[in-house]
Amino acid sequence: MKKQACCAYLSKVVMGFISLLRGMGVTIGYFFSPKKIVTQQYPENRESLQMMARFRGHVSMPHNEKGEHFCTACGICEKTCPNGTISVLATKDLSGRKVLGKYIYRFSQCTLCNLCIESCPFGAIVMGKDFEFAVYDREELIFTLNQTQENANG
Amino acid sequence: MTENNMNPLSTEMLYPVQNGIGNMVRTLFPESAFIINSLISICSLFLLVSLLPVFLIWLERKVAARFQARLGPMRVGYHGLLQSSADGLKLIFKEILKPEGADTFVFFLAPILPASATFLVMAILPFDHHLQVADPAGGVIYVIGISGLSILGILLAGWASNNKYSLLGAMRSGAQMISFEISLTLVMLLIVMLTGTASLREIVLSQQGTVADWWIFKLPGLGLIAFLMYMVSSTAELNRAPFDISEAESELTGGFATEYSGISFAMFFFAEFVNMFVSAGIAATFFLGGFLAPQIGVAFIDPLFAVIPGFVWFFLKTFFVIFLYMWFRWTFPRLRVDQLMYLEWKMLLPANLLLLMSGGFFMAMGGIL
Repeated sequence: MKKQACCAYLSKVVMGFISLLRGMGVTIGYFFSPKKIVTQQYPENRESLQMMARFRGHVSMPHNEKGEHFCTACGICEKTCPNGTISVLATKDLSGRKVLGKYIYRFSQCTLCNLCIESCPFGAIVMGKDFEFAVYDREELIFTLNQTQENANG
Repeated sequence: MTENNMNPLSTEMLYPVQNGIGNMVRTLFPESAFIINSLISICSLFLLVSLLPVFLIWLERKVAARFQARLGPMRVGYHGLLQSSADGLKLIFKEILKPEGADTFVFFLAPILPASATFLVMAILPFDHHLQVADPAGGVIYVIGISGLSILGILLAGWASNNKYSLLGAMRSGAQMISFEISLTLVMLLIVMLTGTASLREIVLSQQGTVADWWIFKLPGLGLIAFLMYMVSSTAELNRAPFDISEAESELTGGFATEYSGISFAMFFFAEFVNMFVSAGIAATFFLGGFLAPQIGVAFIDPLFAVIPGFVWFFLKTFFVIFLYMWFRWTFPRLRVDQLMYLEWKMLLPANLLLLMSGGFFMAMGGIL
């Protein structure tokens, strides 16, 4: 019994040292690999800035080259949003079908919680990568995400 | 001046460490040399003590950043070299607040003690063959005694701050530093026992020869274990992570330094970093051959290494040990208070006594010397 306790004590010491050395191996690996550095020198590398894949800049709606999107104006994102950031204004096309008229997104109220994107059944909205949104007036932070006649070229 | 009548031979005896500058001053101004030389050494030490923490804080931040895949300070100066000077300047201009009910004298005395302790230890570090302010015969005892001053500073700071977090942090820190001082002293005692001298310069000179003659490699395996134990107990002595329970930001909001701001906080902070340098320098002196050039036994490299002046080797070895401290800090998780005491009293102390015994055994067998 006593011998076992002694062995347990010694193996505790040895295993402790081995685990500490393993941890030191991990950190020295980071120290000697400059490619793993994630810090961006932002204003200097503004042209070549690469944002992270999971970065949440703002809600955006991707369009294909014909100007089409996946939104069916179901309004689930509008109901999901805790802040009332999104207003989906539906309209009817020539055949009387319900289509998206205007997708209004108020960036000044958005907390970038990602709930709208997770709830969208069609994958019509994604998180964009832009983040330079400093403006002098809150009104300038109200965006229309879908391409309408007014903002098609802008 | 009564010193004018001093026998010139007695200065030779007073200054066993002969130094080119010191000897020049002694020949030019034989009467006032003892004042001029002291002033020169004080000024150079002061310069070193004030510049080192600035550099070390920058180094710590850069090394920490690289360990965590960051860049660290990059904006102020080349790769952020002037960042810590800027921070120091900011701290100088900040208002020093004294909490209500604090003991004014002790409150302002406390930050001075650790800073002066580092200054005092720096005076006997052997930077080179002839570059050492003083070489007392009991240098090791002096180092151990002076390091008690920094404990006193921390205890006084916690006591005078009139704050429960400060008091708790200071008491924890005092308990920790006094406990780990035992193992630190025992490791030093092993080397003192083997060299047969307590003078730091003599300890360095006892390691002459090849790299295998350094105390870390000279004893079969024991030297390495002793070095590891020195590293563990000196990290605890320095209050650095993983043993930083005196600061313990998450539990004690900064420990003994909670109520300090401005330059008095900066003094604690600076003393901490100079202490790290001093501790690393002592590790280099005791285990890594101090100012001696590493002779690896290769015919064409050894003379090249021997040409490089000793203080360069001293600083290289010291900064290697400092890098080890930083590596520990940014790798290991922090210990709880009870785990810390368990480590000291149940693991390090018995192991240290065993080490001391086996060191004595080797000496008695005459196998290593």
